Amino acid sequence: MKIHEYQAKELFRKYNVPVPDGNAAFSVEEAKESAANLGGFPVVVKAQIHAGGRGKGGGVKLASSMEEVETLAGQILGMTLVTHQTGPEGKLVKKLLIEAGQKIEKELYLSLLVDRATASIVIMASRDGGMDIEEVAANTPERIIKVYIDPLMGIQGYQLRQVGFGLEIPPAAMKQFSQLLSNLYKFFIANDCSMVEINPLILTSDDKVLALDAKVDFDSNALYRHKDLMGLRDLDEEDPLEVEASKFNLNYINLDGNVGNIVNGAGLAMATMDIIKNAGATPANFMDVGGGATSEQVENAFRIILDDDKVKALLVNIFGGILRCDIFARGVVDAARKTGIDIPVVVRMEGTNVDEGKKILDDAGLNLTSAFDLSDAARKIAAAVN
Amino acid sequence: MSIFINKDTKVLVQGITGNEGSFHTRQCIAYGTNIVAGVTPGKGGQKMDDVPVFNTVRQVVEETGATASLIFVPPPFGADAIMEAADAGVDLIVTITEGIPILDMVKVKNFLAAKNCRLIGPNCPGIITPDECKIGIMPGNIHKKGNIGVISRSGTLTYEVVDQLTKLGMGQSTCIGIGGDPVNGTNFIDVLEAFQNDDETTGIVMVGEIGGSAEEEAAMYIKENLTKPVVGFIAGLTAPPGRRMGHAGAIISGSSGTGAAKIAAFKDNGIHVCENLGQIGQVCKDVF
Repeated sequence: MKIHEYQAKELFRKYNVPVPDGNAAFSVEEAKESAANLGGFPVVVKAQIHAGGRGKGGGVKLASSMEEVETLAGQILGMTLVTHQTGPEGKLVKKLLIEAGQKIEKELYLSLLVDRATASIVIMASRDGGMDIEEVAANTPERIIKVYIDPLMGIQGYQLRQVGFGLEIPPAAMKQFSQLLSNLYKFFIANDCSMVEINPLILTSDDKVLALDAKVDFDSNALYRHKDLMGLRDLDEEDPLEVEASKFNLNYINLDGNVGNIVNGAGLAMATMDIIKNAGATPANFMDVGGGATSEQVENAFRIILDDDKVKALLVNIFGGILRCDIFARGVVDAARKTGIDIPVVVRMEGTNVDEGKKILDDAGLNLTSAFDLSDAARKIAAAVN
Repeated sequence: MSIFINKDTKVLVQGITGNEGSFHTRQCIAYGTNIVAGVTPGKGGQKMDDVPVFNTVRQVVEETGATASLIFVPPPFGADAIMEAADAGVDLIVTITEGIPILDMVKVKNFLAAKNCRLIGPNCPGIITPDECKIGIMPGNIHKKGNIGVISRSGTLTYEVVDQLTKLGMGQSTCIGIGGDPVNGTNFIDVLEAFQNDDETTGIVMVGEIGGSAEEEAAMYIKENLTKPVVGFIAGLTAPPGRRMGHAGAIISGSSGTGAAKIAAFKDNGIHVCENLGQIGQVCKDVF
């Protein structure tokens, strides 16, 4: 689960990770109020969306007077911000962060994430702050410092020094930097983060270290033990159909094609999307009803896809394992009764209790096309839309 | 021969009295798996059908000599269940549970490093040696005894592959789903090594997906160490970047973890690539 920069910085403050003074603003009036509270200029007006590259897209501006705050806040609020991470359609800006301007001496990069290969927390740092870290990694990998933390031991003093000296933090700021990094690690572990990125981390002209930006991603699987964080979810940043699907614990991602698909299991769902593409059509979504889906979940999966106007045909591909075919079939029948099916539906079903499942579908007398294998299903679904 | 399990493997089930636990225990028993006991804390002394239930894994190991565990407990208790099994001396721990927090798994993996056991999963379908032993949730009837080793990050996608193999007459030595989580126990390379050393396995099918770099590492290992033919498939070529495709581990981060990079790594290292799932049985038939 991603959160906004202003929310991340509020959490940072609680963990004594220094950030500039600032406040969120949801209107021009609030922006002016926030700026007044900062007690001086310049201030920075920052668009709050769940995507990076906001500065380049025109969503971060410096204001040197209250008039400029008013003008800039008015411009940025309500703009559709397009960055390399939003896609061409961009994202509507509904929130701002108003922050005190800083005297920047150096821009650095600092992040923590879970390293899959070593099953540890890795700290990544670089003196090339403010740049896309992927570019730094590709062009000058020797400029990236990586320190792996044993999760059973926690972060050690020598590791803090390794990062600090690697970043060439001046002696006057070293103690403060070590505290910042140690606190950031505590924040990461205590909140089940999957990624924390500060780009840039700045060194000011008076030797202070501050997180000028803050990007935080939480492990969705761990949110059950962080009820306080759930309130930080911003539904405005998510696709409405995806929000609806998430209410029923369905793994759904809205895409731009016209062939809907419902599959059990993530791997098979991805492969089914690929097969739709191979057959000359384009998938309208990714929908994994999951291993242990109930009939109710299946019913809602159908409803969500059938409600999507761009979907012109639906491919159902079920290989029963945990999800028994009979349970799946009951969900299909319930969905058909409640929502009605008015587009071609191709069903391919195999695995646990497949005969009961097929019987339930046959007895319901629904207008479905059966496929005997995956290639057959791909051919039939492509024929339905082309 | 087969890898990791055979008809003599004594299996216990953690979370045996739950809905999924009891359903799949019955399926495993019906397949012929030697399930000796179950564990549900607080329900020791009861029975699930004819299977005795204990409070702790240690009791089961002491009283029955079980060497493998199949775990169905809910995600908040997943890490604890794995550590309990490892601490009790279980050799093979198969974890079906999906949704264990990643930091829990990071800790578990480091905990297991000091133990002498193998974890398969979590978030996986398990392991099966056809006609001998099934420790998992895969439908047993699609499998057939034979000489192809199957290894995959997915569940249902593996069933699809196995089903095609069986229908074209190619049986399997052992099939393993290593799970779709970013941090898991057994990895591709562990299984590839075991298949290479298994006399009964003559060919290998490896099913990967987007996210991480396990497929690329496995491809390099294959070129250096394997003499047996390998067919590879990657799911998620049409997946958008930055989105988690159902599996916690299936995400393209920036430019890393793309399907195209994995397919290129397969091709560069002598793996026979199948790009259309509907054809994978046929490709295997041609190669093997």
